[in-house]
Amino acid sequence: MILHLPGHMPALPPAARSRAALGLTAAAALGRFQLQVCADCGAVQYPPRETCRHCLSDRLPWTDQTGSGELIAETTVHLSQDSYFRERAPWRIGMVRLDAGPTLITHLPAAGAAAPVRVRVTARLDKSGQGVLVAFPIDEVTTMVNDRQLREMICDPKGRKVLVTDGQTAVGQALARQMLAAGATQVWVGHGKSWKKYPGCAELAALPRVAMQPLDLTDSKSVKHVAGAIGDQVDILINNAELHPPLGIAAGKSATRGGIATGNGIDAAQAEMDIHYLGLLRLAHEMGPAMTSRGADGPPGPIAWVNLLSIYALSNFPPQGTFSASKAAALSLSQCLRAEMRPSGVRVINVFPGPIDDEWNQAMPSPKLTPHALAQAVIGALKDGVEDVYPGDVAADWLSRWRDNPKILERELSA
Amino acid sequence: MSETESSRDYADVVLVAPVTLPYTRHSIRTAHWFAAQALSRLVKSSGLTKADIDGMSLGSFTLTPDTAIGLTQHLGISLRWLDHIPLGGASGIVALRRALRAVQAGDAEVVACIGADTNYLDSFRQSLGNFSVFARDAVLPYGSGGPNASFAFLTSYYMREYGATREDFGKLCVAQRENALTYPHALFKKQLTLQEYLDARLIADPLRLFDCVMPCAGAEAFLVMQRRRAEALGLPYVTVRSTSERHNAFPDDPIQMRGGWVQDREHLYSSAGIEPSDVDFLQTYDDYPVMSLIQIEDLGFCAKGEGPEFIRRHSFSADGSFPLNTSGGQLSVGQAGCAAGFLGLVESIRQLSGRNLARPVPEARFAMVAGFGMITYDRGLCSAAAVLGKADT
Repeated sequence: MILHLPGHMPALPPAARSRAALGLTAAAALGRFQLQVCADCGAVQYPPRETCRHCLSDRLPWTDQTGSGELIAETTVHLSQDSYFRERAPWRIGMVRLDAGPTLITHLPAAGAAAPVRVRVTARLDKSGQGVLVAFPIDEVTTMVNDRQLREMICDPKGRKVLVTDGQTAVGQALARQMLAAGATQVWVGHGKSWKKYPGCAELAALPRVAMQPLDLTDSKSVKHVAGAIGDQVDILINNAELHPPLGIAAGKSATRGGIATGNGIDAAQAEMDIHYLGLLRLAHEMGPAMTSRGADGPPGPIAWVNLLSIYALSNFPPQGTFSASKAAALSLSQCLRAEMRPSGVRVINVFPGPIDDEWNQAMPSPKLTPHALAQAVIGALKDGVEDVYPGDVAADWLSRWRDNPKILERELSA
Repeated sequence: MSETESSRDYADVVLVAPVTLPYTRHSIRTAHWFAAQALSRLVKSSGLTKADIDGMSLGSFTLTPDTAIGLTQHLGISLRWLDHIPLGGASGIVALRRALRAVQAGDAEVVACIGADTNYLDSFRQSLGNFSVFARDAVLPYGSGGPNASFAFLTSYYMREYGATREDFGKLCVAQRENALTYPHALFKKQLTLQEYLDARLIADPLRLFDCVMPCAGAEAFLVMQRRRAEALGLPYVTVRSTSERHNAFPDDPIQMRGGWVQDREHLYSSAGIEPSDVDFLQTYDDYPVMSLIQIEDLGFCAKGEGPEFIRRHSFSADGSFPLNTSGGQLSVGQAGCAAGFLGLVESIRQLSGRNLARPVPEARFAMVAGFGMITYDRGLCSAAAVLGKADT
């Protein structure tokens, strides 16, 4: 256990699911709507199950759905047996006949076209972090953040207070600026002792609604101080702190990060772990309880915790071997953090970019992800309510190879 | 749809000793207690001893973690035939079907069919989460409205499709309440006006308070035995003319506008040797009034979609036109878990054997009783029905 959260937790929607049903959650975590489709007869299944309702095959891979269908009936529940929905009653739900076959029970926008009407069904994560279905009338634009029922399924920065843990990088600055553009009311920008020498910081600090905040993730006291100062105000925490070019830190064996034999020494590896892994742990210890201390107060409250990881966290990239290992450690810790934050309703979002187009990836060939595109992907993840985001072509390519067969990817990367 | 083979009739077996344990809204008693009290009343009512009962069929949700077998030790009964039928609103008729064949075949001589459930303060909420895997995965996370939400979908769809009005459903509820006022065990003892029905608080649009059954605790029971045994004991009995059960009928219907009765009604009437017009009263499984409409249609009393017109034509009182749910039905008596699946059967046995508690249906000879149950996802999976006859029919 890495967190000691306060005892009074907010009500959440029912979270229990069968193992089969978690396939819906797994797809929704990536922003996709998938149902099981029989590999033998093609029948689309719902609710999730282990055996085809048509031909009894047990080969039911989760497959992307268009979600088009008709809302055939609806109701507004005024009396719920569940605390979460009772606090939010009345709650509008629908019955959708999917063009692909099954009948679905779905959430609906609180205000929307009445049945019968054509709809598009999507899968989202609810406040419990579990996959649920939402049907949107196709002829209407529904902005989830403005909808009473749907806004808690996403983490839109609009009207929110945000901490970006490292503003001394192009990525951190892009994140801060885009949070402001997305309607954040306050952005704290973490920095080391002397931000003034870092390009871009002065301009950022001059912006309205921005406050520069001394923060050193390698220093427990610094993290504790920040948690005490602003922890109970932060709605969205974005931990983007990364170890930067080994200017004076690395053992001097290489100008770029490297593998075990040819690259960084122990000191550099320790420094990477100190920020990527232990830095996340320090943040979790201090900011986790601080953020969730008002978790039961109802909205507005803390909604998201974003970790900047790396696609190298999935499988080690030997030219950046120790960096990959530290990101893998951070990934593992983030899964623990996610499990422990879930009762508070705070969504932990992991970002897995490929190489970022910054000064210390100069040696990497294109394509690379611009800081701007990375920040956009983070905003998109918050607005869409996804849990894992793999921005850019390289990340998408690695992900598909990894999902196909992690062992093959390992060999490909060691070539 | 395949032809159903004609099955052996039930001429030599009968139903006796209709027993109702008065319902309570909540109870601190266990389901075991309700089942035990029902058995005790069966014994007293029939003049048999406990040892004479050698078979038991039990319908219960709240007996958990026990099943029927645990009850044999609790009640000190030794049986040679035992069944546990957790099919909710279909439990009664399915129990009846199994018991009739067991007695006919000689596997048991006297079978006690018991539906018994308790209702603790928190039972209903807890049962929602444990009802089915599909409900847990695909219903509960969507507002947790329970069966009210499921039947709200059905009711709104039916209203749109066939032009039923709130007043139509209200007429059924009001008429059943009138019937209930003559039945001593009904939980609702106050007259209901149409205006009260229409103005009641919203539960799940378009359903309001009086569209929804009240979960409660209670038990219903009867005995199945050979006709000659009943005659030897001098027990009033009723006969069974035909029965049906159907599970997961019409799975491809987008929404449940019909039940399995549509598949079975021809067989049901031909085996019974009667027509729908011969039925003197109907006991529907009335967890929500829309289900009564659907059963009236599916059991052949009017065509699909003509339910609303049918309602406007009839009075539904025991002494009026088309007597329906003569003790008040679940909507006025209460829904005691699986016992609700026995309510219409037990009331029909009383009506046809001259043991009335509610107002009698004059000169009744044939009853149609329907059972319906188990909404594991978006529809009730079990549809059952039985035609009962007076002893001399």
